[in-house]
Amino acid sequence: MRALLSGNEAIAQGAWEAGCSIGVAYPGTPSTETMEAFAAKDGVYAEWCTNEKVAVEVGLGASAAGARVLATMKHVGVNVAADPLFTAAYTGVGGGYVVLAADDPGMYSSQNEQDSRYYAQAAKIPMLEPADSAEALAFARDAFALSEQFDVPFFLRSTVRISHTRTPVETGERANAPAKPYEKDASKWVMMPAFAKGRRKVQLERVRQLEEWVKTCPYNQAEQRSAEVGVICSGAVYQHVRDALPEASVLKLGVVWPLPARAMARFAQSVERCYVVEEGSTYLSEAVRAAGVESLSTPSPLPVDGELSPGLIRQAFDLPVAPHAAAAPDVPARPPALCPGCPHRLVFKELSRARAIVTGDIGCYTLGALPPLSAMDTCVDMGASVSMAHGMQLAFGDEDKRPIAAVIGDSTFGHSGLSSLVSTVYNQGSGVVCILDNRTTAMTGRQGNPFNGVTLQNRPSREMDLEAIVRAIGVDDVRTINPHDARAVRSALKEAFASDQLTVLIFRAPCVLLERIVNPPFEVTGTCTGCGACATLGCPAIARDNETGTASIDRALCIGCGQCAQYCGFGAIVSEGGR
Amino acid sequence: MGNVTTVLLCGVGGQGTILAADLLARVALAAGRDVKVSEIHGMAQRGGAVTTVVRVGSEVHSMVSDPGSANIVMAFETTEALRNLPQLAEGGALIVNNETIKPLPVLTGRASMPRNVRERLTEAGGQFIEASLIARQAGNPKCANVALLGALSATLDIPEDIWLEVIASRVPAKTIDANLAAFRGGREAMERGE
Repeated sequence: MRALLSGNEAIAQGAWEAGCSIGVAYPGTPSTETMEAFAAKDGVYAEWCTNEKVAVEVGLGASAAGARVLATMKHVGVNVAADPLFTAAYTGVGGGYVVLAADDPGMYSSQNEQDSRYYAQAAKIPMLEPADSAEALAFARDAFALSEQFDVPFFLRSTVRISHTRTPVETGERANAPAKPYEKDASKWVMMPAFAKGRRKVQLERVRQLEEWVKTCPYNQAEQRSAEVGVICSGAVYQHVRDALPEASVLKLGVVWPLPARAMARFAQSVERCYVVEEGSTYLSEAVRAAGVESLSTPSPLPVDGELSPGLIRQAFDLPVAPHAAAAPDVPARPPALCPGCPHRLVFKELSRARAIVTGDIGCYTLGALPPLSAMDTCVDMGASVSMAHGMQLAFGDEDKRPIAAVIGDSTFGHSGLSSLVSTVYNQGSGVVCILDNRTTAMTGRQGNPFNGVTLQNRPSREMDLEAIVRAIGVDDVRTINPHDARAVRSALKEAFASDQLTVLIFRAPCVLLERIVNPPFEVTGTCTGCGACATLGCPAIARDNETGTASIDRALCIGCGQCAQYCGFGAIVSEGGR
Repeated sequence: MGNVTTVLLCGVGGQGTILAADLLARVALAAGRDVKVSEIHGMAQRGGAVTTVVRVGSEVHSMVSDPGSANIVMAFETTEALRNLPQLAEGGALIVNNETIKPLPVLTGRASMPRNVRERLTEAGGQFIEASLIARQAGNPKCANVALLGALSATLDIPEDIWLEVIASRVPAKTIDANLAAFRGGREAMERGE
């Protein structure tokens, strides 16, 4: 059947067609919809795990027991899962095991740019890279049998433009893939030194076999056109190259590790000038050079970071680009913002007011770093808020009483904040940890997590008791606060900063995108003095007049949360519902 | 490429550019064309500037749009229309929903709105569409997206029947009549050159 699928949906479809029966993931842009699409299919089990490492281990267990398994994650999730992945490349698999690494060149929703192809090379896990949804489906489908054939997990690499681009595909039927029988085999699965040394040899022999396979597999394709210019590329970049240099010959790599050395050499010899074009990385150009294949630098340099486009490639080849209007210099930036009614807003407002040093974390609430709240000092990786706050206190020492707060969301706390907090408690750290429990994993599209007890396929679960868990690991001062109540937020922070012991403040109120409860909107009355206090909340529904400074509220955006009214010293913000 | 039409939809996260792009792509597919739709998910959806690119033709390669290469820019909001003017190809069509949403830096007094937006967009060939008004007249203010699609349809060589069929098959049953009326309203407004 012909369908229009995103790369993510196509990967889910390919896995389903291959008879894959178990899916494991932690959500992360641009990978998230893959597991959501897989979970919606017939005859599969799929779950959100607490983090990517856990997901890969659950998947490895399922594979060892004989099932075909799909694990999906964003590029930084691969960092978290790297530990089991590197050793899974020793143990190999039972049932076919496919792991999606979704990269985000251009950082549309990520803290860094990474090229996951380096993981394939470092872990010696073969990697396929599709260039559109049709290939994403085919590569995902084929990878399960290949994983079983070579007894190793297979990586699929996508980038944001593959994951989030819908292109036509032909879908097929589901194959029957009966589970492989489980047999106890310590020499394969118990990776203690004595056995791991043996598996290391197996791994190296497997690499030799993969290098043979890659010579004839159907995934690398040489398209011979011009005898003058040839380009080696892969993935979304292939599509940009076809538009930028329509006459050029192209070696399109579908397997990006191991690379087909001989095919690359043959292709380079078939053209007068051979180039490597890749996005924000030198993985491919270095590998081509290491294989002894001659390739030239583009006449002008390619961008070394961010995304590529046909126009940027044409510029690198000194070719003309389309004429266009200059960017208007007076267009104001439009950064994303916390939603009207967001329960995180007042926590950041009060942290800012307390002049606290705030170690932040990964999620919607990272937007608390932007003006006018500007209430975040650091944001690095999942869970780092809690551990970095502890580190800051170590450096400042006992004498320096600057208030330090870690701010972390509920799902991020479950992902890896919990182990950071255990470490702080163990080492007798003090300070303030704010858990912003908005009952969901909001940024990636409102997924379930252990603290809201919602599972991916709506199977019964249990809501974990956040307060009880935090108390059980040894935090005596645990408080739960309504984050919409400005006075409660302020006094809780004030008391926590004054305390010498470790305090965990749980700010609990549902994400406004979760329940869509809309109260009557608020309005600004004639008593507004134009002081601007309400505008310091950074609510998209509140505007100030350029000349008078007086405030107004956009009825269409206001959801009636009443946060702003609590900051008006003149009683000028009132509910239209007459509250 | 010569045979490929690039449509850039731009607006503010949450305005529904993704849904409109999806309908456009399904229409193109139903008309037997190749198509690619490139979306941005994640952080930008929290009220940030968003763009979605739809490329339609006999064989579509790249899924992104470069400056000067969008044959049609369809803006859901006037400031975003101005921001994306450099994307418009020479001789391309600029369709602008007559609605303005102030960005947060403007609301909080740290930046100001650009001047003479309407004049500048008109000079660039922009056609303003009263999508919200058309949607209200069609009986459902939420159909503004589809009114804009109607305006867009007037610039593309795809039979109207296919549009109507695809829209009717993709929107909630209760809203089919309002959506089709909004589509026709947008198409007529574009054809009248309003």
